[in-house]
Amino acid sequence: MRKLLLVCALFLAAALAPLPAAAALSVDVTQGNAQPLPIAIPDMISADPAQATMGANIASVVRADLTRSGLFRSIDPKAFVERITNINVAPTFQSWRAINAQGLVAGQVTLQPDGRLRVDFRLWDVYGESQMLGQQFFTQPENWRRVAHLVSDAIYERVTGEKGYFDTRIVFVSESGPATKRVKRLAVMDEDGANPIFLTRGDYMVLTPRFNPTAQMIAYMSYIATKPHIYLFDLETGRQEELGNFPNMTFSPRFSPDGNRVALVLENGGNSDVYVMDLRSRAVMRLTTDPAIDSAPSFSPDGRQITFESDRGGSKQIYVMNADGSNQRRISFGAGENGTPVWSPRGDLIAFTKQLGSHFTIGVMRPDGSGERMLTNAYHDEGPTWAPNGRVLMFTREASNNRGSQIWSIDVTGRNEQRVMTPGDASDPAWSPLIQ
Amino acid sequence: MTKFSSTLKFAALSAALLLGACTHKQEAVNTAPPPAAPPPPAAAPVQAGILPGSAQDFKVNVGDTVHFALNQYNIEENDKGTLSKQAAWLTRYPSVRLTVEGHADERGTREYNLALGARRANAVKEFLVAQGVAAGRLETVSYGKERPICTESGEDCWSQNRRGVSVITGGAAS
Repeated sequence: MRKLLLVCALFLAAALAPLPAAAALSVDVTQGNAQPLPIAIPDMISADPAQATMGANIASVVRADLTRSGLFRSIDPKAFVERITNINVAPTFQSWRAINAQGLVAGQVTLQPDGRLRVDFRLWDVYGESQMLGQQFFTQPENWRRVAHLVSDAIYERVTGEKGYFDTRIVFVSESGPATKRVKRLAVMDEDGANPIFLTRGDYMVLTPRFNPTAQMIAYMSYIATKPHIYLFDLETGRQEELGNFPNMTFSPRFSPDGNRVALVLENGGNSDVYVMDLRSRAVMRLTTDPAIDSAPSFSPDGRQITFESDRGGSKQIYVMNADGSNQRRISFGAGENGTPVWSPRGDLIAFTKQLGSHFTIGVMRPDGSGERMLTNAYHDEGPTWAPNGRVLMFTREASNNRGSQIWSIDVTGRNEQRVMTPGDASDPAWSPLIQ
Repeated sequence: MTKFSSTLKFAALSAALLLGACTHKQEAVNTAPPPAAPPPPAAAPVQAGILPGSAQDFKVNVGDTVHFALNQYNIEENDKGTLSKQAAWLTRYPSVRLTVEGHADERGTREYNLALGARRANAVKEFLVAQGVAAGRLETVSYGKERPICTESGEDCWSQNRRGVSVITGGAAS
């Protein structure tokens, strides 16, 4: 158990500062080749053969979740020596050590008399020969994927000490058609790309959707009317409403961490400034008054500050201000131009898009502008969004010559870059908080 | 001068295409003299087959697009002629309303380019208003970088995409 925990503690340390002690476990994080933790996740067993497929499906999603995180390596089930027959007795640790598994997840699915699905699982430390975790979930059978994600989150949290992010959703813009007449539809999907749902039909363009903190509401920009404006989409009721009643364009919405306010940009006479609207009173407060472009606001997790982009200094750069608009100051002084700042839910970093000529990449910096670090290197990466635990980012990756865009993810360490599968082209991802 | 003649050529071609579209079987008709049209109320350069005061008239004989430098929104010297013609045409046809679209190239974030497009559309609107067009006839809309007309990643296309387009939305002859 100690061993398993220790390895993962080192992964976390890697994200903060490289530690020389890493050599003791032969995980040299400074070389960028940290080894994922080998974990065995057999198909969940069931006393009822009818539930065997369900058990296999759940295990399959857990394997995919943990592998995708980059912190785990799921051992091929074909290599397993021992077959789990009873999750309530300790496994033969020796037979799991034989295949180099450090962790073992044993699970069982049961259909309850009331029709609900019961999922039990245990996480074993193979070398410490002890149980690290044992939990059970009850749900309707159709929610089996969510249960799988909850199991993944529990394992991730137990092993890393950090909250997981698998039971989350992504709101994004689904794209199709030629670049000159691109069709852009509002869509949501699970974090792993499953269950995509289109929320608009594509007869008008939508951009920059963002979740509220309960993941029930989406703020997005729509060209449904003559003037493009921000709208709210209620996922529970399907109801859409224009946010406020502005004569001019409103865009770039972002909820406050408490969900009670929306920071947005209002254009007036060609000049764009950052405003904040209280959702209950609908009162609007102007935060920037500079004649330059001020755009892309994002709250700090305590709601007290807002980061945004502005070209008031002659080039596009990142600024920070208090949530009442006071104390506006530039924080980005690195090469090129910098925009779309997004505050990490942990508060420790701001992710952003750096523009060097026609080259766009994703980076992070501390809120005081220090410690700038670039994470990606492609033709055009833009618009980062944070996983709720502040350890992973998603962003839009566009090919040159308008050959389409996809959603990708990368760890804040700069490792584990992966494409997020979407139905067709996609852009503007926004990560939900953990579903309550 | 070369620019003017190429504009004329383009206009003639558009007229020919229009005629062609209406009369599929008469491919040779292009060389025939156009039917006599009643003299226009003012001395505007009117192309054959285009109804004066129509959206087509505006697009072909006046010009609906101006271009901008990277990250800039000031009206370029060589575009002031086009906008002055737009203003004169709008003065001649006072019932026409239009929306100025502001566009940016791909070298900016989505959120920045929406703001930049708004600046460009507004710069065109302000120029027209300064030339006497009532502000109430002019709307603006920004498309940011979302509606390129040229899709290659290079200055050739980018310069075409950084544009302000005056689109007639009502009140034109048809």
